[in-house]
Amino acid sequence: MEGMAIRLQGLRKSFGGTTAVDGVDLEIRDGEFFSMLGPSGSGKTTVLRLVAGFETPDEGRIELAGQEVTGLAPFERDVHTVFQDYALFPHMTVEQNVAYGLRIRRIPKAERLVRARKALAEVRLEGYGQRRPAQLSGGQRQRVALARALVGRPRVLLLDEPLGALDLKLREQMQVELKAIQREVGITFVFVTHDQEEALTTSDRIAVFDQGRIAQVGTPAEIYERPATPFVASFVGTSNLLEGEAAHRITGSAGTYNIRPEKIRVLKESAEADEPEHATATGTVSEVVYLGDATRFLVDLDGGGRLTALQQNLETSSADVAAYRGTRVRLQWHRRHAVRLPS
Amino acid sequence: MHLSRTARTALRIGAGLGFAVIYVPLLLVLVNSLNPDRTASWPPPGLTVRWWSVAAHNSGARDALWVSVKAGLGATAVALVLGTLIAFAVARHRFFGRDTVSFIVVLPIALPGIVTGIALNSAFSTVLEPLGVGLGLFTVIVGHATFCIVVVFNNVVARLRRTAGSYEEAAMDLGATSFRAFVDITFPLVRSALLAGGLLAFALSFDEIVTTFTAGPGIETLPIWIFGNMTRPQQAPVVNVVAAVLVLLSVIPIYLAQRLSADTATSSRV
Repeated sequence: MEGMAIRLQGLRKSFGGTTAVDGVDLEIRDGEFFSMLGPSGSGKTTVLRLVAGFETPDEGRIELAGQEVTGLAPFERDVHTVFQDYALFPHMTVEQNVAYGLRIRRIPKAERLVRARKALAEVRLEGYGQRRPAQLSGGQRQRVALARALVGRPRVLLLDEPLGALDLKLREQMQVELKAIQREVGITFVFVTHDQEEALTTSDRIAVFDQGRIAQVGTPAEIYERPATPFVASFVGTSNLLEGEAAHRITGSAGTYNIRPEKIRVLKESAEADEPEHATATGTVSEVVYLGDATRFLVDLDGGGRLTALQQNLETSSADVAAYRGTRVRLQWHRRHAVRLPS
Repeated sequence: MHLSRTARTALRIGAGLGFAVIYVPLLLVLVNSLNPDRTASWPPPGLTVRWWSVAAHNSGARDALWVSVKAGLGATAVALVLGTLIAFAVARHRFFGRDTVSFIVVLPIALPGIVTGIALNSAFSTVLEPLGVGLGLFTVIVGHATFCIVVVFNNVVARLRRTAGSYEEAAMDLGATSFRAFVDITFPLVRSALLAGGLLAFALSFDEIVTTFTAGPGIETLPIWIFGNMTRPQQAPVVNVVAAVLVLLSVIPIYLAQRLSADTATSSRV
């Protein structure tokens, strides 16, 4: 059976009247790339700080690798953190920064140097050891912070929005690298982010946080395809809700349904449903947005309600797209893609 | 901001006048200390260092200088310890009444020195004298420390606010105890602010006159000595020399403190 890297039970924490974490239970497996996803103020960073030991919970229990650590200080936990602002020591060189944890553990100087250099190589920063943090770019500092946290081979690595300060291109590149490094070293990564795309592309599993609680835990596909609450549906990806009367007429039963825009095909109004598993609805295109690789259609349904459909631009170009505005269309989707949400 | 030519000229003249009002009299003191004429006639008939050597042999002035140095060092030491402790409490911890504490720490610098002096004097004589501790160097140090703490506190708190608390967390995260994190990380980052605060505190203490009330009869700091000798015409040249020394000894620490603050302000930000 797989071991548990982290187990959280009934975790609660409030700061002077505001509840930041409101009853969190969570299990993170050994070797997992686990993301805690949520908007700011949803409690994800506080959970991370509780696991690191920078805060103590008001209630609940924290276990690391089967050992309770709830009341232990940060330096008594086998967990290292990559901080959002990197927190590289400005008065030390890159090499001294990376070797700091080893120095604390009284590892001999020669070995310290070898391991620090190896860690810098892992993050592709060979030859930067003698520089000061101030002489590095944002992406390089991020890597130094990663090397510093990884060099001691902790049981768990906590990453607090580590890519937040980087520009988009670099962020995408670092997402891929982080994932590769994690696979290579095999350490459990707990990654805090508010960027749903980042969480979907990097993680083995994701916990979606909403107002101090976990709304859903699952693989990226589970979270995206089968959101458990309206909040998850709207926070992860574009939500496309079919409610009330319209929902009843189209799906045959009342309730709230979410259909991802890319699951919906835009057909001519006269088209027939291909298969019995398909549901269709007619409407008028109220807005068309050309996105380059795809086109987004906003369709006002005849029976009320509005759905967004996303079509790959296989043949269409921007010139054609504008002509769709105001035309009559039939939307079609597979019934299993209409996911019923608890109201 | 765009300024018209006339406005610019007017501002320049204003600034020049302002600086002149402050620094020309100080320059005069310096020049007069080299004036061979005992009554400081103007223009000086020549230049001489005679008064400097007279002053150097004046035991009253020498003793006063020594007392001032001891008082300055003592007050600076007290201010460094207490000011730093308060700065850490205010900048790094949340507690009830935190804003009040930082307010009352800074307040003494704004209070009229004469009031602080009289208040300390009466407090010392009612509390300390019955215990057998008279007014003396010790009470001078305490009096000076009341406002020296402010400059140390201000310097250190400004530095702590600029350096993120995550440095200490990062150190502890990597296995350092709180004490170790302070020694390895926090202290090196605030060291220059401490030094700057200490130099300023020393300079302030060195020329403080109003807390004179806390000095006993036998204790004379440099400013008190000047005050006592100013009205004696035959001492005027020596007073000028002592005043010039006081100015020079205050300028050096302030200049160093400014450079220290500027240096680290740029290099400690990452």
